[in-house]
Amino acid sequence: MTGPRVVVVGVGNALRGDDGAGLAVAARLEGRVPDGVAVVPCVQEPSRLVDAWRGAAAAVVVDAVASGASPGTLHRFDAGVQPLPGRVFRSSTHAFGVGETIELARALGALPARVLVYGVEGAEFAAGEGLTPAVDEAVDRAAAAVLDDVDRLIREEGACTSRP
Amino acid sequence: MAERRTLRTDYLARVEGEGAMTVRLRNGQVEHVELRIFEPPRFFEAFLRGRSYLEPPDITARICGICPVAYQTSAMNALESVCAVEVPEPVRLLRRLLYCGEWIESHALHVYMLHAPDFLGYAGAVELARDAPAAVERGLALKRTGNEVMTLVGGREIHPINVRVGGFYRAPARRELRRLVEPLERAREAALETVRWTAGFDFPEREVDCELVALFDPGVYAIEDGRIRSDRGLDIGAAEYDEHFEEEHVERSTALYSRLRERGTYLCGPLARFALNGAQLSPLALEAAHEAGLDAPCRNPFRSIVVRSVELVYACDEALRLIEAYEEPDAPAVPVPPVAGTGYGVSEAPRGLLYHRYRLDAEGTILDAKIVPPTSQNQRAIEEDLRAVVGRYAQLDDEALRGLCEQTIRNYDPCISCATHFLDLEVERR
Repeated sequence: MTGPRVVVVGVGNALRGDDGAGLAVAARLEGRVPDGVAVVPCVQEPSRLVDAWRGAAAAVVVDAVASGASPGTLHRFDAGVQPLPGRVFRSSTHAFGVGETIELARALGALPARVLVYGVEGAEFAAGEGLTPAVDEAVDRAAAAVLDDVDRLIREEGACTSRP
Repeated sequence: MAERRTLRTDYLARVEGEGAMTVRLRNGQVEHVELRIFEPPRFFEAFLRGRSYLEPPDITARICGICPVAYQTSAMNALESVCAVEVPEPVRLLRRLLYCGEWIESHALHVYMLHAPDFLGYAGAVELARDAPAAVERGLALKRTGNEVMTLVGGREIHPINVRVGGFYRAPARRELRRLVEPLERAREAALETVRWTAGFDFPEREVDCELVALFDPGVYAIEDGRIRSDRGLDIGAAEYDEHFEEEHVERSTALYSRLRERGTYLCGPLARFALNGAQLSPLALEAAHEAGLDAPCRNPFRSIVVRSVELVYACDEALRLIEAYEEPDAPAVPVPPVAGTGYGVSEAPRGLLYHRYRLDAEGTILDAKIVPPTSQNQRAIEEDLRAVVGRYAQLDDEALRGLCEQTIRNYDPCISCATHFLDLEVERR
């Protein structure tokens, strides 16, 4: 049995305002991705993603961030070769963050060759449901950008994998 | 000189200062220790008012990404008790199996990813994984098995959706559960290896002397329900919780501090469970504990990592026993018509006692809800422990002291979302 070639992960907590942005992107992508692409919502600590990524050629991760940029700003990082910037995706001691999970997978040799990470700049992270308008709008842009990436990643992967 | 270092979890909440620890020393003496904890249960208590009595298992499962089953179970215990319904034995055992899955997952996460690096001199699991990938892979494999149990019984690994007041939407077939046997047997071996591994760590000397509180069940090591007992004679049902425990506001903090009325600080969680109920562990888990030099009671919080490892063995062992004994229930759930009144529910979350209380009207509308998570129950004990540790090791430089403080907090496995979202650690020396 072979797993998905591309794993798209939306990370967040829908009950903490804009922290639900990553999950909202995942929800919007559900059913819209090509074959061989898995969409995984991650509402828990993300260390389990190491398993989800194992064997995949590429991963795309979407999470909310609070870097000080204006709400709705879409950040995009290539984490395939180097760690995420700590100022945007901060590390933690009590649970795993996305940045740590990527580094954990890298240390274990379980990180896909290509890893793209989107950060959706949030405004409001207090307890409560719903995204602020600027973030809600950014979720659409993020979903479209992820779909473009997914198509490209699949093409690239198809080009460099010779299947009998 | 005041130094400040910020450590924060980045996936849940990003509000500064929701969870923070401040340690202030003056001339080598501890002046002030404070752990500030953000408490989402307060938000959920308000969120639940006016909703149907059938909703709390689903809603409260979202309080914590690590222990949804604990929230669901305490909620169901409370709601079924007010409605005077007892679930059939096979349903109860299935709940216990689901809960074992959560213990395996949560303990594996804490032992391997969060706590072990402290003992081995690593900044975190990433650094540990570079030097000891096999150990970290063992932890991930254990976690995975816990997830598998939760997915099969709960319908989904996080926020199990197969759970309802009165039982389950669907009970798994015997042959489905049999699929878990092999992974659980492997997990049990990994758990035994975990006990041997953690038993070899160096443990700072430390004894806590507060009252130890855990659930008790005459038949088994209590997990999914039980009477609330302590090592100093407390023995009450869940309905009497509010008579014996209180939450008080402390002026300098927004958090509520739990205490035993007239008695003060208490501790719940693995050390308390092991102290009170250790003799009820399975023979294999008891043997592992014994070989690890662990005899109940153990009052050194640093050794909680070994107790958690022993509980990992037990959870795997117990899950296997439950699968072996499993009989498919006649119906996956029993009807639970609403009854006006107040219901009380408790269970042993991986990190300790979790209490729920709901008041319903005759239609089953929730009039009010109260949730006391284990980390709130332990907050006073954690602070007292921190104060003692800082006092004893005040001569360490800031970096070493900070590390020891973090390790001390992690000894209690504070739940990331039922308690500390952000840990701003401030050490000030004056």
